[in-house]
Amino acid sequence: MTVESYRIALAGNPNTGKSTLFNLLTGLRQHTGNWPGKTVLRAEGSFTYRSRNFQVIDLPGTYSLYSNSADEETARDYIIFEKPDVTVVVLDATALERNLNLALQVMEMTDRVIVCVNLIDEAKRKGIVVDDRKMAARLGVPVVKISARNQEGVDALLDTVFRMVTGEMKARPVQVRYSAATENKISRLVPRIQSLIGPDVPARWIALRMLDGDRSLLDSLKAHWMSRGKGDGEVEHDISRSV
Amino acid sequence: MSTTSAGAFDRLMQEAEALASEDSRDEIVGTFYRTTRSICEESVTYQTQAGRSEKLDAVLTSPVWGFPMMLAMLGVVIYMTIAGANIPSDMLASLFGAGEEVLTLAFQAVGAPDWLYGVLVLGLYRGTSWVVSVMLPPMLIFFPVFALLENFGYLPRVAFNMDRLFKRSGGHGKQSLTMAMGFGCNAAAIVSTRIIESPRERMLAILTNNFVPCNGRWPMLIMLSSLFMAAGFAGGWQTLATAAVVMGMVLIGIAVTLIVSWTLSRTALRGVPTHYTLELPPYRRPKVWNTIVRATMDKSVFVLKRAVKVAAPAGVLTWILANIHWGGSSVLEHIIGFLDPFAYTLGLDGTILMAFILGLPANEIVLPILLMGYLSTGAMTEVNDLASLKQVFIDHGWTWLTALNVMLFSLLHYPCGTTLYTIYKETRSPKWTFFAAVIPTLIAVGVTFTVAQMVRGFGWV
Repeated sequence: MTVESYRIALAGNPNTGKSTLFNLLTGLRQHTGNWPGKTVLRAEGSFTYRSRNFQVIDLPGTYSLYSNSADEETARDYIIFEKPDVTVVVLDATALERNLNLALQVMEMTDRVIVCVNLIDEAKRKGIVVDDRKMAARLGVPVVKISARNQEGVDALLDTVFRMVTGEMKARPVQVRYSAATENKISRLVPRIQSLIGPDVPARWIALRMLDGDRSLLDSLKAHWMSRGKGDGEVEHDISRSV
Repeated sequence: MSTTSAGAFDRLMQEAEALASEDSRDEIVGTFYRTTRSICEESVTYQTQAGRSEKLDAVLTSPVWGFPMMLAMLGVVIYMTIAGANIPSDMLASLFGAGEEVLTLAFQAVGAPDWLYGVLVLGLYRGTSWVVSVMLPPMLIFFPVFALLENFGYLPRVAFNMDRLFKRSGGHGKQSLTMAMGFGCNAAAIVSTRIIESPRERMLAILTNNFVPCNGRWPMLIMLSSLFMAAGFAGGWQTLATAAVVMGMVLIGIAVTLIVSWTLSRTALRGVPTHYTLELPPYRRPKVWNTIVRATMDKSVFVLKRAVKVAAPAGVLTWILANIHWGGSSVLEHIIGFLDPFAYTLGLDGTILMAFILGLPANEIVLPILLMGYLSTGAMTEVNDLASLKQVFIDHGWTWLTALNVMLFSLLHYPCGTTLYTIYKETRSPKWTFFAAVIPTLIAVGVTFTVAQMVRGFGWV
């Protein structure tokens, strides 16, 4: 068996227990440093599960993936350019409405998403009940409830991660539907973006950022794409689709 | 796939810009929020009303009760530290005293030369044992209690309460958070200023962070105020008065932070504060045992180790300096004599100033160096309780003014070497790193000078 290593990115709002999960998964096998060229902390670790190696990247805790701060740009660039094998979005079960925003954003960027509802013990204490099946159906991605603090549900999470990286399970992230006018503009831009940059970018998401006027992303996209040379068009996996 | 160039990319961007309208962003964001709400309505059910967090926040972050509660909590933490640390400190001191007697007998038994006994026992052993008995007990109480409050989720509330003050002083509201971090370690807090986006406001936070006492300075503040500032009180009142003095120091530090921020944001760092959202995470019951163990291992032991590690060679060095004679007096006396006149105008003395200068690498070692400086020059006292420690100070001409000014100087002086290095790493600017050292130093000198002159002028000492 080859010793390949899968990369898992952990995304999430601050204070969702993302780092607790990171520590739980990687234990002492971790190291920290800075993201290249940025004063943003980068934490990385690894673990073995079912004799496969997994590398975990703890992305900076952010509320969104727009270009508001170095943290958000770092997390965004990692998901877009480094294309982790799976992105686990850690949500605070007691503040799902706010937290889900980030999940939906990640779902616009990649289809390899697992939603991990953390702090489920605290939610239970507060009388908050999360129906993970309904949520998974609405989102089109696996939803796993865990309590990283009490080490509950981590097996189920790992199993889901495993099945997604091995291709046994495919997610079909449901995309947010915008107004007819906006959808119309998106569908005009998407083919242009795909022919310009290639199919291995989330064209729908980039179209939205273009309409949004997110200069920082576009600059970073341009820089990354230029440094990579021509859009070489290698197909890694198809990205987003509308449902 | 295509032979596109940067030009094609720019054209596409222009096209998209033409397509985008004023309300594009509003629509995108609005749709997002509607979607998350509808998902939550379907898949999340709430079985209770307002939680405990909301009820607690109604008090802890209320415009009326927020500040008094904050001060009360700080007061309780400091009171607990002082009240709880006294007895173990005394016990440790007498334990080490007994150890010294044994060591002395052992040295006499093997007929060790005087200088060796002096270096090892009177310098090294005595100095480090003082540091351990004075610093360890307060740290063992203060750090865990502080960490419990932190894990409980109180620090963001402190930031919330302080936010308005910082806004008004021209800084960023998040500066209150990085300030709160500074109570732990200024170097770590400098790194934490990364959460402030605007470079101007971040610089303000960096330059003023030093004005809150860090781990390395708490023990000295607590020790000096309990030895000197509450002498006129008896029993429980004494502890209360000590706590009040330490709290006063914290408040002075915060006031200086605000004043310096205000001044800088109207001079060198002009600008308007930006807005931000501060999330108040729910209160969480801390894992009590875990937190206590962590705080003890990570902070108390770390600080103590650092103090002892530097204190031990410093003890040997000061003893040697004190015993090498040149031109009638020891090298140490020359250094101290050189610093003395200037130090006197600040209400300090040469030894204190030397301790602060040699203590540049880490604030933890100022007190050890100071003690060893005194122990190696003055008459040797029997080391058996804290009263004799006070006697060491008094023998060297200390009054309550000296203690007060040492505390003020410690609170306001230049950041430690680690912090300065961190400031340089974070700002990449020799100029601002220089200012980060000079501004506090000037303030420390100015304040202690003024206090010393006033107190002496009024004839209070």
